[in-house]
Amino acid sequence: MANLIKTKRGLDIQINGKAKEVISQVVPSETYAVIPDDFHGITPKLVVKEGDEVKAGSPLFHDKNFDTMNFVAPVSGKILGVNRGERRKVLSITIQADAKNSYEKFNFKLSNKTTGDEVKEVLLKSGLWAFIKQRPYDVIANPQSSPKAIFISTFDSAPLAPNYEFVLSKQMDVFQTGVDALAKLTSGKVQLGVKAGSAFNSVKNAVITQYEGPHPVGNVGVQINHVDPVNKGEVVYTVNAQDVAIIGKFFSEGIVDLTRTVALTGPEVLEPQYYQIIVGCQLDKFYAGKVNANIPLRYIQGNVLSGKKSEGIFFLDPYTNQLSVIDEGSETHEMFGWAKPRFNKFSASHTLFTGIFESKLYKSMFGQKEYKYDARLMGGKRAIIMSGEYDKVLPMDILPEFLFKAMITGNIDKMEALGAYEIAPEDVALCEFVCTSKLPLQQIVRTALDNLKKELE
Amino acid sequence: MNALRNIVDKLKPHFEEGGKFEKLHSVFDGFETFLFVPNTTSKSGSHIHDAVDSKRTMIIVVLALVPALLFGMFNVGYQHYLAIGQQAGFWETFFYGLLAVLPTIIVSYVVGLGIEFVIAQIKGHEIQEGFLVSGILIPMIVPVDTPLWMVAVATAFAVIFAKEVFGGTGMNIFNVALVTRAFLFFAYPTFMSGDKVWVRTGTTFGLGNGSVVDAFAGATPLGQVATATTPHVQITGILGQHFGFMDGFLGLIPGSVGETSALAILIGAAIILITGVASWKTMFSVFAGGAILALVFNLWGPDTASAHFPWYDHLVYGGFAFGAVFMATDPVTSARTETGKYIYGFLIGAMAIIIRVLNPGYPEGMMLAILLMNIFAPLIDYYVVDANIKRRMKRAIKK
Repeated sequence: MANLIKTKRGLDIQINGKAKEVISQVVPSETYAVIPDDFHGITPKLVVKEGDEVKAGSPLFHDKNFDTMNFVAPVSGKILGVNRGERRKVLSITIQADAKNSYEKFNFKLSNKTTGDEVKEVLLKSGLWAFIKQRPYDVIANPQSSPKAIFISTFDSAPLAPNYEFVLSKQMDVFQTGVDALAKLTSGKVQLGVKAGSAFNSVKNAVITQYEGPHPVGNVGVQINHVDPVNKGEVVYTVNAQDVAIIGKFFSEGIVDLTRTVALTGPEVLEPQYYQIIVGCQLDKFYAGKVNANIPLRYIQGNVLSGKKSEGIFFLDPYTNQLSVIDEGSETHEMFGWAKPRFNKFSASHTLFTGIFESKLYKSMFGQKEYKYDARLMGGKRAIIMSGEYDKVLPMDILPEFLFKAMITGNIDKMEALGAYEIAPEDVALCEFVCTSKLPLQQIVRTALDNLKKELE
Repeated sequence: MNALRNIVDKLKPHFEEGGKFEKLHSVFDGFETFLFVPNTTSKSGSHIHDAVDSKRTMIIVVLALVPALLFGMFNVGYQHYLAIGQQAGFWETFFYGLLAVLPTIIVSYVVGLGIEFVIAQIKGHEIQEGFLVSGILIPMIVPVDTPLWMVAVATAFAVIFAKEVFGGTGMNIFNVALVTRAFLFFAYPTFMSGDKVWVRTGTTFGLGNGSVVDAFAGATPLGQVATATTPHVQITGILGQHFGFMDGFLGLIPGSVGETSALAILIGAAIILITGVASWKTMFSVFAGGAILALVFNLWGPDTASAHFPWYDHLVYGGFAFGAVFMATDPVTSARTETGKYIYGFLIGAMAIIIRVLNPGYPEGMMLAILLMNIFAPLIDYYVVDANIKRRMKRAIKK
């Protein structure tokens, strides 16, 4: 019987535009792009030049610090160009895709005798190592580290998040292969966070823990904190559920297939549903006809809390499982917002009258009230004034306000002592949402973790 | 609404960098965000945000203060007409009080917000809303007859030295309104104590003309307790009428403008507790600390009038309830950890009673107790945070 962990603190934000469980194919785009900045903390060293022919799975560049760590082309085709910015920084590598995708062949068979080092070597070579992240610092795992455990969360609790049980329903066998392969990398266990009753409960070769509670319970960071927290000097690896299936497919078929099933969600999407897209696909064209074109929109790769804003010409990020589209809100001018009752706006505090709609009594009588969201901050930036706000939405044994203060002031000893090793920006996304002072907490955490890494390594 | 938006949009360039009125940028920004919710969108991190902001939070506190303020105004009039031995109708009484209190409110806001505007412009940040609350608290915690220039000096001192030198709203160590009160208390002691200042006996803008009746004695109930020469004292109103628990609870007694009615304060408490702006942990602990310590003095205390003053009366007389509800719960100066709030609140309540009972020089202990605990709040938090750190360390060692 799996262990069940219930969390109380957190918040499920009700927002329109949940994806219907239908998967459509996307017409492949002509150009694909790989953007080194998508791989946080990597300095690219190119191995291709303009005009080279590549296959899906051929290396484009490797990390300057680990020359065995490849980053590969998602599709086969010809290198169109290498775009550079200031100080010759590589901004993107664009590929003119072939009509038919051809794959680089990797002949690697997983067996009982396969060692962790062999798995590591082939993952680094095939570019799939990029999907293995580590805590501390929430960056691509250092191949020289030895993790005490590998954590996989098989459900996403974020607003409008994709349902991995649906996404991977036909890929459970490759998911299992992925878990088997990853298990070789650690002397400890593979820890699987699941929802009660989901198909992932039957995965072998892993310790299953069931979770119940509001967002961010699906965040792997919260699960680590409950099961096997990261202490100083320890490392755990984390892999997203869909990435496990990609790794699994690699070990069973010998190819790097970076096709992802992505949920297109959000209140401004005409028909929210799932799409199969290859990483690096040009997205701005993909949206045409699928979204409300009458207002300025914000395109987000990821969920509305921790996703990445995309503008201009943009391409599918290698880690994206969800695309969200919301009203930008820059044209909205609300008068006397501080005094109005504001029946259509949500607040986790009870300072708006909408608190009534969130009461159990109202919900039982009239159902869930729908709110309108846009990308406005809804207020001015201030120093931290209210106390206890963050604690209510972070179900970890961490004092968030004090950790943030240590991060803002760059106090490394305090950061270490207060749990900086356990936290990733996405874990504090809800804190940022509820913050009365409108502080950019995810950015604060990201910057602090980068500085911490630089200081200590 | 659109017309107004157009005017704002048209004026905006003049106040931005390089514009004619560049020096008034903060003021303009203050008014714009007062009129409209800012349309700045998130640059990084979370794309959607909670609709609450600090304006909303502060305005809720101001709203919560209104019942006590209105009652206070009525009480000022009530005490006045009682003192001059005249009958007055409800509206006349209220109007007298309104006119008596309004100048203090105006002075406090003009001085405080004026300084905020100037400093916001110099530092180049937005005008912060913190003073919206402090500005209304100040008139409510000073005696009604405090000269206006004193209010102005004290407010300026508090805003500059208790808040802005620390970095503005959210950075201050001491509660700004209480620093104003403390400044008045120590700088002009003759005006702030004794039995002359608590009841306005003169006229206000020509209203309420009359001479004080012979039986008049303007000392506050707590003042009477502190100066009592016998171990048991019957507190009385300004005409010698006996006071009990209900009088203190309802609040038609002499005292600072906003502090007298525990009932009106409780209405305010309900507002800030239901909206979640104030912490019930702090509030509850202050009352608990006060009640427990006063009871201890009742049972085993020295044989003085203040030690015999019943514990339940301690909670409704003087500034205890007001301090517990509106001052101790100030999130910036109070303890910020959840465990810390219990300790912080309890010690405020206990300390206030200790000062009341054991220090005959100060009839009221709430102000000093809160200011003292303001200093200790970071220390309390330090130990709570340290406990978390130790637990974390232990977790690492156990392995």
